[in-house]
Amino acid sequence: MTTFAFYFFATLITLLFLVTVLSRNVLYAMTALAAGMVLISGLFFMLDAAFLGAVQLVVYVGAVMALYSFAMMFFDANKDIKERNGSAVTVFLLGGAIAVMLVVIFTAPLIGQGVASLYPPAEGATNPQAVGLVLFTKYLVPFEVAAVMLLVAMISGIILAGKKMDFSLSVVEATKSIDSKTIDNMDNTEKKGDK
Amino acid sequence: MIGLSHYLVLSAILFSIGLVGVLRRKNLLMLFFATEIMLNAANVAFAAISYHYNDLSGQMFAFFVVAVAASEIAVGLGLLVILYKKYGTLDLDEFTVMRG
Repeated sequence: MTTFAFYFFATLITLLFLVTVLSRNVLYAMTALAAGMVLISGLFFMLDAAFLGAVQLVVYVGAVMALYSFAMMFFDANKDIKERNGSAVTVFLLGGAIAVMLVVIFTAPLIGQGVASLYPPAEGATNPQAVGLVLFTKYLVPFEVAAVMLLVAMISGIILAGKKMDFSLSVVEATKSIDSKTIDNMDNTEKKGDK
Repeated sequence: MIGLSHYLVLSAILFSIGLVGVLRRKNLLMLFFATEIMLNAANVAFAAISYHYNDLSGQMFAFFVVAVAASEIAVGLGLLVILYKKYGTLDLDEFTVMRG
């Protein structure tokens, strides 16, 4: 049963993330990414990390994806992305070489034994309880620093995205053709004046 | 039976998918998606090692990775909105202003 669940999740996650990376449409990419995040939380539940799985669902699928979809309203999401790629062969060779290297790196330390557990889960505690015990004793300072970091990120997000909120992008795009012509004319006149 | 190496290989595959995305995409939003994939792959590895060695440190690190990812998105998307307002596109080729 565990084997089946692992391979089920693994294939689906890999396929969905491939769609995210290879798709031309931003909306498809974002939907596939969100679905992949949900399935990754399934992996966490299989690994007895119930609290991490819940955090994954709440933070990634709830907050990050909602943020992406709201930011998408600023951009033109239906337009297919036109990208000028150099050589696809080079990119795939580079990616493949790095993938092989990563597998070697990840499997190399498994040979070495004798890794002792630093913070084993408390006896008889469920996963959220054990996580809380370790997080609020051994990792209290990093926790507080992370809280301050999130506050800074929130303030900077508000300030960055809130700048020129009265300035409408759709109006700009509608008048862009006229604007670019007038700007070109202005540039030309300026250059003539310089000469 | 599924062991630690299964999870680590899956994590490496997911990480390289994200890496291919970072190398291949020219759109900034797609680069953000690829970064998310890489962070998630690292989280899978952390959780698997935490389970295998019966140690909660891996899960702690995964929590902090999630926190860093969330704040990265908040700041990065703000910057993306400003870039889009300024240039009208998110294509990286349009931002090469130094003509190097």
